[in-house]
Amino acid sequence: MDRPLSSPVQPSKRSQGSEFSELTLGLLMLAPTALVLLLVVGYPLVSSFWLSLFRVNLANPEQGQPFVGLGNYLHALAQPDFWYAIQRTIYFTVGSVGIELVLGLLFAVLLNERFRGNLGARVAMIFPWALLTVSNGVLWAWMLNPTYGVVNTLLIRLGVLDAPKAWLSDTFWTMNVIILADVWKTVPNMTLLLLAGLQPIPHELYEAAEVDGASRWQKFRQVTLPLLRPVILVAVALRTIGAFRVFDIIYVLTGNGGPANSTKVISFYNYDQAFHYLYFGYGAAISWLITACMLLLIIIYLRLLRPDVES
Amino acid sequence: MIHHGNLLSPTARRMLLVVYLAFTLLPISWLFLSTIQTQASLLTLPPHIIPTGFTLRNYIDIFAPAAFGENTGQSTFVLALRNSVLVSLGTTIISLLFGTLAAYAFARLNVPHKRTLLLIVLASQLLPAISVIIPLFRMFRGAHLLDTLTALILAYSTFSLPFVVWIMAGYFQSVPRELEEAARLDGASRFGAFIRIALPLVAPGLGATALFTLLNAWDEFFFALIFTSTYAAKTAPVALAEFIGRHSVNWGLLVTGGFIASLPPIVLSLVFYRYIVSGLAAGGIKG
Repeated sequence: MDRPLSSPVQPSKRSQGSEFSELTLGLLMLAPTALVLLLVVGYPLVSSFWLSLFRVNLANPEQGQPFVGLGNYLHALAQPDFWYAIQRTIYFTVGSVGIELVLGLLFAVLLNERFRGNLGARVAMIFPWALLTVSNGVLWAWMLNPTYGVVNTLLIRLGVLDAPKAWLSDTFWTMNVIILADVWKTVPNMTLLLLAGLQPIPHELYEAAEVDGASRWQKFRQVTLPLLRPVILVAVALRTIGAFRVFDIIYVLTGNGGPANSTKVISFYNYDQAFHYLYFGYGAAISWLITACMLLLIIIYLRLLRPDVES
Repeated sequence: MIHHGNLLSPTARRMLLVVYLAFTLLPISWLFLSTIQTQASLLTLPPHIIPTGFTLRNYIDIFAPAAFGENTGQSTFVLALRNSVLVSLGTTIISLLFGTLAAYAFARLNVPHKRTLLLIVLASQLLPAISVIIPLFRMFRGAHLLDTLTALILAYSTFSLPFVVWIMAGYFQSVPRELEEAARLDGASRFGAFIRIALPLVAPGLGATALFTLLNAWDEFFFALIFTSTYAAKTAPVALAEFIGRHSVNWGLLVTGGFIASLPPIVLSLVFYRYIVSGLAAGGIKG
């Protein structure tokens, strides 16, 4: 940045020349990335907003593409289906991130302790983390299969269930088992983020609390939680951004956001409108509403990550 | 009472460890166990927990033509895996090439508004596919790029390129400036100092970033679902999702396909475990 006095060896003429070429070099090095991102992110965002101002239906091209202003947005906000989709997204996000946080905290505290086989226990997290998202869907579809699935078999053996349950055809259970499947795969991510926050907390702080007569729970409440708070906030914000966009696991486990639309979250609603009914203008409006929500979450995340960003 | 700095009592720790290992390992073990069972063993009624018959049949059948999708004369599963490999490698190479240059400019060179630009890059990495997918679809249709690997590589740059820029800028910032300044006093150009001094020093970071880019591209589903329609470009996740959507699912083949498609990321992540952990802990990684 501005530190012109840092290299006194250079004659002033030459340093001026190299500063000019530094700007040129910088722009040249940025150019390929800038071009690609303008093409695949910048232009689409602008184009999507422009498209959202028209009624575009690819299924009926003879209707033309009339300008409707903010009509698509007003239409969306007046649709009960839109608001149901938002509600389901919030339910999924709160459920998924909430359970992840509780399990992630428990597992991170466990893995932060010293015991034999600790490294092996940590490495085990790789399996759910690295499994393909679609393979995770396949795995849970198989385990939850009403006829042959191991979940029903186990629950019946244990006496929890009397008869097999069709988990993925039940308007109450489908969303909840999808949350379970999602949590299983994303808990390692949360655990690792929290574990990275636990490791720098000095052991002496716990020992000092013990000298003061603190119980284990008091140590957790009064030492761990306050020091971990910034990390928890960043992890929750990051996972919220991830959960709010959920689509893949719902597509694999239900195919259509069913049963009876009970798992049709906002990205699924958007996908349906744009690529099933081919309402591109309306779809673009929904996608801009989602983008606005995401940008809000991203800004919150950036502020938590870098408190100095506020300026 | 003195606990020697531990938060958990030995009993609580043992119990929690059992819960943790069961939660983490039982589902994936069940997946593997299901891939090596006979059809009869998988579909016993009433269902058994203990398998009754083992076979490697699924691992052979899945590579047979027509076993996994429409009959194209070639194994559609192999075609899907090939597409996944090409798209993931293409995305990784392009993102690393372009992204590393930009990251160095952000970290070291005097570029106007670079803080704002870097934040825009990070924000664009976190945006969902749905934000850009409709215009990208129209763009690719206009350019006759639908159902091509090129379209997927371009679409995947929306998240992989910003990711590389963001992470590599951090690595370049951690290299001491003095090393490059010394090289420049010895007559190296600015770009020469980048190539000969900075780049070798961030090589481990470059490797970790390549790994994450590869894994994210391999896992991608939504773009591939929308932009592909034949096995000229369908990737492994799309092939699996289609297979599960059919009426008569062959569960043995399906779980085997799901397992095989996940083997590359699992093996790579186990081998490079330390990179994964430090990368994830650094945050900024979606998924």
